[in-house]
Amino acid sequence: MNVAHFEYVQRLGDNALILGQRLSEWCGHSPFLEEDIAMANTALDLIGRARMLYAHAAALEGQGRDEDALAYGRDERQFGNFLICELPNGDYACTLIRQYLVDVYHHALYSTLCGSSDAGLAAIAGKAVKECAYHLRRSGDWVVRLGDGTAESHARCQAALDEVWAYTAEMFNGDAIDDAMAAAGIGVAPGSLAAAWRDEVEAQLALATLSVPRDDWSASGGRQGLHTEHMGRLLAELQFVQRAYPGQKW
Amino acid sequence: MASAQPPADDAAMAALLSVLDEVHDPEIPILTIADLGVLREVRIDAGRVVVVITPTYSGCPAMHAIEDDIEHALTAAGYRDFTVETQLAPAWSTDQMSAAAHAKLRSVGIAPPTRITTDKRALLGEHVMCPRCASRQTERISEFGSTACKALYRCRNCLEPFDYFKCL
Ligand SMILES: [Zn+2]
Repeated sequence: MNVAHFEYVQRLGDNALILGQRLSEWCGHSPFLEEDIAMANTALDLIGRARMLYAHAAALEGQGRDEDALAYGRDERQFGNFLICELPNGDYACTLIRQYLVDVYHHALYSTLCGSSDAGLAAIAGKAVKECAYHLRRSGDWVVRLGDGTAESHARCQAALDEVWAYTAEMFNGDAIDDAMAAAGIGVAPGSLAAAWRDEVEAQLALATLSVPRDDWSASGGRQGLHTEHMGRLLAELQFVQRAYPGQKW
Repeated sequence: MASAQPPADDAAMAALLSVLDEVHDPEIPILTIADLGVLREVRIDAGRVVVVITPTYSGCPAMHAIEDDIEHALTAAGYRDFTVETQLAPAWSTDQMSAAAHAKLRSVGIAPPTRITTDKRALLGEHVMCPRCASRQTERISEFGSTACKALYRCRNCLEPFDYFKCL
């Protein structure tokens, strides 16, 4: 087994699972019915994507683990998701701003992964990219509607943007695993996505009358399993049933 | 696939397909899995039935139910040796839905997907026709409807809300 290959796919799954788990917390709590449905459906897409990626990673590993073992059987330090995915939802503006920033990244990432030399990963990317386009369209619309909305919605969006901005740089700072996978034609060098991401986000924020925050500090560590204080609680809720009743099925 | 087989196998395949034709989408029960384009391939490998399906959306909760339903239908029809496989590539598209599927959707008040997803406007859901009065004066209320595959629309002519089966 190629450990870097396994880790790379597993991390993609971690980003999808953890963000999907966060979005699912809105189920039954969104501001109105249509948004509740939209949020839950986006969460489902992400969790479904995580399942496919974990199943593929487990097959690459070949140690008899399955997607459930990867989702429910690992501890905080073994998850390689970006910190931005695990941040608490905050208010609706905060959830949507974070979603938009990650959607732009994921759309570019999975567009490129459609050409991966790993046919299994390329197939998953082929499904994911269509859903990413749809997610991005929705979150991008909301950024403009709320940013260029009332004084209240504008202020909340700007505050959310200022809050999460420092967590975006991490998405583009790859490590040795990313480098090895990019060199092998399996993965994407995250840094190669940075300039286009920035251009797209700046254009949308201008439409939304929001200011791009200053790049004065940034947080990272997710790839190496060094998470925020929020991750443990998220996993406690996510994994509780499987930890209490290992292998339990519906 | 059946054309290359001897006649006895043609009969076996026809019987098999008629069993699978009774498996419906649990969320839009008027559609069979063949109508939906989820049923990708059926073959008999040395006596073993292999049914290949493809998911609509990554997180579609119906996929598991569909797999169970296929297994139940085959078991009820007396099949013992079968497997249901999932295939991701090429990714499912609403282009794979049959003309019959479009007519069935309309008959239950769901606007079918605009035909060709390569037309970007179709992909973004413009010009959706009201399934009740056929007006194109319609507007999107929400990107998502009652299931992952639908969006919520409203007709500005007859004022009725309706589901639109999104292009993907
Ligand atoms: Zn109408």
